[in-house]
Amino acid sequence: MSAETSFSKAPPAAAVAAADFLDTRLGVAKAVKGLARKLFPDHWSFLLGEIALYSFIVILISGTFLTMFFVPSVAEVRYPMDALPVTMRGQQMSEAFASTLNMSFHVRGGLLMRQIHHWAALVFIGAIVVHMMRVFFTGAFRKPRELNYVIGFSMLIMGLLAGLTGYSLPDDVLSGNGLRITDGVVKSIPIIGSYLSYMVFGGEFPGTDTIPRMYTLHILLIPGLILAMVGAHLFLVFWHKHTQYPGPGRTHKNVVGYPLFPVYTAKAGGFFFIVFGVLALMGATMSINSVWNYGPFDPSLVSAGAQPDWYMLFLEGSLRLMPGAAEVVIGGYTLSLNVLIPAVVVPGVLFTLLGAYPFVEAFATKDTGEHHVLDRPRNVPTRTAIGVAILSAFFVLLGGGANDLLATQFQLSINAITLVFRVLFFVLPFVAFIVTKRICLGLQRKDREVSLHGHETGRVVRFASGEYIEVHQPLDEYERWIRVGHDVYRPLEIEPAEDLNGVRRPGHGKDKIRARVSQFFYQDRVEPVTPAELAAASAHGEHDALPALPADRPSEELDARVH
Amino acid sequence: MSIEHREHVGEVTTTPERFENPGISPHRPRLSDEDPRAAKRAERQTILIFTLSILATVGGIVGYFAFPIQAPSLGNVRMSTLTLGLGLGIGMLGIGVAAVHWAKSLMSDVERVEERHVQRSDDATRAAAVEILSTGAAESNIARRPLLKGALGTALALAPLSFLVPLIGNLGADWNVSKFRHTAWAPVNGKLRRLATDPSDRPIKPSDVTIGSVVHVMPQGLPDEPGYLEEKAKAVVLLIRLDPRDLNEPEDRKDWSYEGIVAYSKICTHVGCPVALYERQTHHLLCPCHQSTFDVANQAKVVFGPAKRALPQLPIALDEEGYLVAQSDFLEPVGPSFWERER
Ligand code: HEM
Ligand code: FES
Repeated sequence: MSAETSFSKAPPAAAVAAADFLDTRLGVAKAVKGLARKLFPDHWSFLLGEIALYSFIVILISGTFLTMFFVPSVAEVRYPMDALPVTMRGQQMSEAFASTLNMSFHVRGGLLMRQIHHWAALVFIGAIVVHMMRVFFTGAFRKPRELNYVIGFSMLIMGLLAGLTGYSLPDDVLSGNGLRITDGVVKSIPIIGSYLSYMVFGGEFPGTDTIPRMYTLHILLIPGLILAMVGAHLFLVFWHKHTQYPGPGRTHKNVVGYPLFPVYTAKAGGFFFIVFGVLALMGATMSINSVWNYGPFDPSLVSAGAQPDWYMLFLEGSLRLMPGAAEVVIGGYTLSLNVLIPAVVVPGVLFTLLGAYPFVEAFATKDTGEHHVLDRPRNVPTRTAIGVAILSAFFVLLGGGANDLLATQFQLSINAITLVFRVLFFVLPFVAFIVTKRICLGLQRKDREVSLHGHETGRVVRFASGEYIEVHQPLDEYERWIRVGHDVYRPLEIEPAEDLNGVRRPGHGKDKIRARVSQFFYQDRVEPVTPAELAAASAHGEHDALPALPADRPSEELDARVH
Repeated sequence: MSIEHREHVGEVTTTPERFENPGISPHRPRLSDEDPRAAKRAERQTILIFTLSILATVGGIVGYFAFPIQAPSLGNVRMSTLTLGLGLGIGMLGIGVAAVHWAKSLMSDVERVEERHVQRSDDATRAAAVEILSTGAAESNIARRPLLKGALGTALALAPLSFLVPLIGNLGADWNVSKFRHTAWAPVNGKLRRLATDPSDRPIKPSDVTIGSVVHVMPQGLPDEPGYLEEKAKAVVLLIRLDPRDLNEPEDRKDWSYEGIVAYSKICTHVGCPVALYERQTHHLLCPCHQSTFDVANQAKVVFGPAKRALPQLPIALDEEGYLVAQSDFLEPVGPSFWERER
């Protein structure tokens, strides 16, 4: 094809000159030589992180547009009588709110950029969460990538803060109430709560400092930190080289994929434009956060049925599900456990569990090797089950956050729904854990089955003896490898508490804990088929394989569904 | 693990413990690899999609000029947003789809293999690194001078304070958190404050409040006072009139209401949303944020939800001109709980 012809052609003189200019000053040829043919494995799930990255870039671009027209001040103004929208004319409002209206109605493309910015924010955090799920369920966090997992996890927290501060900027009724809830949560913190609240708001809620402060956090500090972490995150992806899914030819010591230039550049670069395009189309056609429908912030107003952005909904749900009785007064001091537990302790525990997970698992496996081939989730049933259990708790909280919608939608009593969710929050994770683990073990057994006996073909054959048999198509070695190639972990055996001379061995206590954790992880397992097992299976089950149908063995094919 | 190709699984004389990696499966050529016409077709499709992107961008810019804002109308805002957005969206999407199509159909899809290198440095490098660091440490002479080490550490640890103390010290303004305890309902110079409507700031007579109705009120004149929003955020009150027979009042609060009219703080005792929805039949007030429900007939005690405490009641009375006034400030802090609330 054209590849050969372009190689034979001499590159244009201008390109040579430019390359020489850069190389003699920056030595770029070394970088090109080292990086341009670096290999990247291909899989759709590797796009999730890219979606997060690209929507962040879209956020930066659209956000820069917004900064040109947004005024981060709560100075009171009266909205002009000749401006749009008509409903806001003559109203008292902050400059922040007025400038948000102005940029939506009087700046061409302003509303578009606001909507793109907001949609991109929702997609950004959604993509981070799903990307994190991919990393979790495939074990991509294992050595040597634990630190990159921690960086990614910190970006999730930063993303939530970015969303929270951004949501507060337009100074409409919803954003004001979001801040008010933040104030209530901050005040519930023991001992220093009141002072923290003063620190956040520069005095009493709502104060005049909040919006300018949020603005600096939102457009400078938080994006700056995220950007730095994105840099470190991507550098480490390069440094470690990307993980790959299990498959023929893939090992922990190699990487199989396409070169950065040109294939990956075209695909990943192209994907940036796709994400940007989709976000722009969303911004063009789907209105979001139409703040003029809520009106300017007023501490006495609230809009019923308003929902926070989706990533805050779990906190809202958590606050809703907690019974009020938990608040106690001890020695004259108020401990608002009814707020502290749902808004601080529950997310704290959920996030700590997630953030610390790689280290917990490494503790259980006592595994020191490098891992570059991903796990199929079924092959690590306990991890998969833990992940699903955490997710199920998260979903119950989301449900709690939507309990008023559920109540009106399905004509149920809100009290009953709340009670059900309270129970589910404790019960569902256990059920999810057990069910997921069973499913994983079942899938592994199915893999063994298929590795030993081949695929069902749906063809049923009757032998002359009258015996019916379904024809099985044996796997080729590439297909089989995916099902038998993974490493198996078994519970760790610990050394006895005392050595041969009866002296207590130091570190035995820690080992005992480790053994227990390891038991929990790897007690129940299905091991992959070994060559010996396959040999045995094919020796006694010869007729399972596709028969050659010799003339002396007349047979009749039937539909498998009859069978 | 090795990736050498294994010829005959199952025929080896000593069966290995585990299967061996069969190596990369053979490459299957695509239609466009073998058929020049298919390749040409893919090229044409790619060009077409790029062209679509170009047209969309041009269309978007035309939209910018076609829908000006000299005569602001909602229609223009809508059209401007739509045309610019479609231009940007299709413009970007076109580039992306074309590039990916190009990569998938015309660029080599042969997978390559590259070795990885372990992260751990080899022993010689590690030894050299340790050597360098210990030489440096020795040259700095720090090991034998613990006091120097301590002084360095302390100076480094303290230096940021010159930045942090003024920063944090100023963030909380006057740090006078006792302001949580007072609201604008406290009498000013001995004069009781009138209840007034919001936003028209008109004083209220009992006859303005019919049974079953709810009015949200503020101290009269508040909008002209300093710190208006902060004061309003604490002082908003719901005025509700019940049939006096439905009202269940304890002895010490009998004179806090006026002919079935009661006044309760509008700020939820959970985390501070304004309580909003009143149900006439049950006398329940519902906070839309997390659904705490307060029973107005029973001192606004919590009947459901995550709030613990009843809404604080504002004692009201009539002044000499027949307008409703607050007898005093609230007798407890309004809004969400905080650590030193009961002190
Ligand atoms: C890091 C991730 C970010 C997230 C998750 C995020 C999220 C948000 C959200 C949800 C809003 C409310 C928008 C609305 O509907 O009006 C907002 C507003 C805003 N954002 Fe961001 N943002 C991010 C980064 C940025 C950056 C980097 C900039 C500037 C360079 C920026 C500039 C702005 C401005 C000026 C507003 C107020 C405009 C308005 O209210 O219409 N944001 N942001
Ligand atoms: S603020 Fe009222 S229920 Fe939470």
